[in-house]
Amino acid sequence: MRIATAKETYAADEALFDTAVQRVWFAILLAALALFPFLADQYWLFLAGLAAINVISVTGLNILTGYTGLVSLGQAAFMGVGAYTVAVMEARLGTPVLLNLLGGGLVAAGVGMVFGLPSLRVKGLYLAIATIAASFILHFVFANWTSVTRGVSGINVPPAAFFGMALDTPFKLYWLIMPITVLLLLGAANLFRTRVGRAFIAVRDRDISAEVLGIPLLRTKLTSFALASFYAGVAGGLWAYFFRVVTPESFPLLLSIFLLAAIIVGGMGTILGGILGAVFMTLVPEFLKLLVGFVTPVWPDAAVHLSPVRTVVFGAMIVGFLIFEPQGLAEMWRRTRRFFHLWPFKT
Amino acid sequence: MEMDWLLLAEVSLAGLGTGGLYALTALAFVIIYKATRVVNLAIGEILMLGAYAFFGLAAGWALPWWVAALGALAVAGVFGAVVERTIIRPMLGESPISVFMVTVGLGSMLVGVVELIWTADPHRLPEFMPNTPILIGDAFLAPKIGYGFMVAAAVIAVFVLLFRFWRGGVALRATASDQAAAYSVGINVPGVFSLAWIVACMVAAGAGILVGSIGGISSTMGVFGLSVLVVVIVGGLDSVPGALVAGLLVGLVEALAGAYLGGEFKLLATFSLLVAVLMVHPYGLFGTREIERL
Amino acid sequence: MGADAAPATPVLEVENLSLSFGGIRALNGVSFAVQPGSITSVIGPNGAGKTSLFNSISGFYKSTGTVRVDGKPIDHLHPPERAKLGLARSFQNIALFRGMTVLDNIKLGRHAHMKTGLLDALFYFGRARREEVELRREVEERIIDFLEIDHIRKAPVASLPYGLQKRVELARALAMRPRLLMLDEPVAGMNREETEDMARFILDVREEWGVPVLMVEHDMGMVMDISDHVVVLNFGQMIAQGTPREVQANPEVAAAYLGTGDVADLRRRVAAETRLPETREVA
Repeated sequence: MRIATAKETYAADEALFDTAVQRVWFAILLAALALFPFLADQYWLFLAGLAAINVISVTGLNILTGYTGLVSLGQAAFMGVGAYTVAVMEARLGTPVLLNLLGGGLVAAGVGMVFGLPSLRVKGLYLAIATIAASFILHFVFANWTSVTRGVSGINVPPAAFFGMALDTPFKLYWLIMPITVLLLLGAANLFRTRVGRAFIAVRDRDISAEVLGIPLLRTKLTSFALASFYAGVAGGLWAYFFRVVTPESFPLLLSIFLLAAIIVGGMGTILGGILGAVFMTLVPEFLKLLVGFVTPVWPDAAVHLSPVRTVVFGAMIVGFLIFEPQGLAEMWRRTRRFFHLWPFKT
Repeated sequence: MEMDWLLLAEVSLAGLGTGGLYALTALAFVIIYKATRVVNLAIGEILMLGAYAFFGLAAGWALPWWVAALGALAVAGVFGAVVERTIIRPMLGESPISVFMVTVGLGSMLVGVVELIWTADPHRLPEFMPNTPILIGDAFLAPKIGYGFMVAAAVIAVFVLLFRFWRGGVALRATASDQAAAYSVGINVPGVFSLAWIVACMVAAGAGILVGSIGGISSTMGVFGLSVLVVVIVGGLDSVPGALVAGLLVGLVEALAGAYLGGEFKLLATFSLLVAVLMVHPYGLFGTREIERL
Repeated sequence: MGADAAPATPVLEVENLSLSFGGIRALNGVSFAVQPGSITSVIGPNGAGKTSLFNSISGFYKSTGTVRVDGKPIDHLHPPERAKLGLARSFQNIALFRGMTVLDNIKLGRHAHMKTGLLDALFYFGRARREEVELRREVEERIIDFLEIDHIRKAPVASLPYGLQKRVELARALAMRPRLLMLDEPVAGMNREETEDMARFILDVREEWGVPVLMVEHDMGMVMDISDHVVVLNFGQMIAQGTPREVQANPEVAAAYLGTGDVADLRRRVAAETRLPETREVA
């Protein structure tokens, strides 16, 4: 059971983690993330890296779609912009890793803003479909601007180097990816303690009233697009270092749908939801692979059917969550927490 | 460079032919949107379902092609009824984002199921259309595209008449323009929802049989739905004439881009057209502008 | 203070304002002024153009004519810029942001006056932190205490009863650093007790904040009790203005209300007399 906490200043009440218990849990979580690489094997380190990259991109998309209410099916394409920027900077210019990632984020943000311009005039589903256009137009650029992107053969990316050390294993990359993920998540959480985040939510809930209350719509929407694309760009840059090759096929429309599905499964418009959704959606295929291993003795063909089963499960999860748990995993988490806060007085 | 007028004519004809199929599928999309305000991103996968059902009945069970075609339409109709009742209706009143994501999930499930039953490999549909070449003036048109277009045009014509004069069509239009009012004059609105999904899925399945008999079927043929999405956005989500005009337009643009610029320019051209139209006409060429209130 | 007080510059001047939707004239040459420190009410039967007038002043509708704030024309300004000038308003159908708490809804009102940029916000350091804490203090001490809504500050607005939602809207308007408070039907749908509370808050705002009020209201009792100046609209035209007493005595006003047989208005007034204290959810 939780006992009420008294706060003495407004600053304390505005804090991100507003109780001592929360701060302790956050410290434990950070410690666990720091210990994880020493306990996990290659396979789990690989999954952790992939999940973290997805968490970044999903959180960006959550800012745009979950918080600002602008549906985008272009997030994967903006990851591609970040990935190509990082690949070119790393392979051609040899600039430092952090600068490359920043560059990837900024270039993606710029491109994202350009494709966000229709949001001035186009709303809702028309906008969602306009962002599919971003996907295809950018794919075309990746495949045909050969002097920069090397066309369909793609760019091989040298390993990220940090103070002379090549980050060429999942273990070493973990120390690049995880801190960036934590920082970007804290940034996103901070955003919604300020006027910038409030404006996003206002635009989502009632855009026209928001305008009359002093919120410039176009600027707010473009800021949201830029920020979401920045997160996508950084995620894409990390992706480039993670998989070490970037091709036009690396960031298909299906990936955008995957990212959108992750915020639905996790919970739209909550930071926690983005994290849970991204991790969950990354792990489900692995879980299915595991399951196939179990049933192979009784059903020898299981492995052949893995791919279609994965496709069915992916679709079924989107449908199932939307119908039965529209607030997503985050809401399930909140219910569990409330249960323990009230326990044993109310169950 | 000398202009090859014959080539231009043949490319344009082929484009318009494909455009007819786009228009037919777009009609299915618009029926659902008008009645239920659901943006159905699974339309391409429903089209695929129709083609595979036809394939299963005609090739697997060796039924005559016309029985198989009727069977495929029936399968699609039942599918539409079940989906509307179990997946779409519980989502009534949810945000449009959620509803359209539900159809995305549905599309994914359909692809998986088709791959489970028929594998991901491409197949050919049994031949059932005459293959005498069609000549319009000097221009040659592939027979399948030509006959496909004619069937599509006939079906569209029937639907336009039904919309106008049949009781169900009138009920559908009434529901589209004002749900509450339709309800209050005694129209069975849930019934209209079911009807719209059944009819639209059958139309899409019919389009699937035509598309599949032209280019073969595979579990990725749902991408046809992407071009249809461009069509309905360009035409206006809730406009039947828009779907028809934009269907032909998109088919034409795609064919011209493919022939003169290269196959990789097809999608670029159609999606650029989409962006251009949206910037000038945010609700498509014929779509209804939504009035904003404070 | 009444309309005939010292010839100070009016806070708001509306001059020859007209607005058409297609062929329909929603407003036709409306002119009036709001004097500093006054409470001005706009009344009229349903469909008279009252809310259209508010939306034109806010810049949401593109109207013709001139609107001046403190003597300066604002016709070229977009809605957010007008909000920043201090045209703070509430809405007829309650436009609270359902995804936010009461506190965040109120804080949102200050948006245009804050300077936190995107980078400040991401790091929540320096300016962002300072601004947020300052705003929180001011909102708590000047607005939340004043409107007696401290018990609901962390509640999601969607869960609040109707009367409290209206009060939160007033709170948000106060957070906008109002130069003029524009209230669109502040007591519509309220029972008598809630109406009296709201009337008291409006009078207190005028006394303690020195902010003039422009309101649209159907509750004639309240309008006649607290207004200094009343403007009467009918079919988009101003048919009378003056003190409550002058307006009440005006035969044209009586005709507008009774002669048009506005059944909805009558029914509402009857309902207001008989309504039980209740809460109601607003769509």
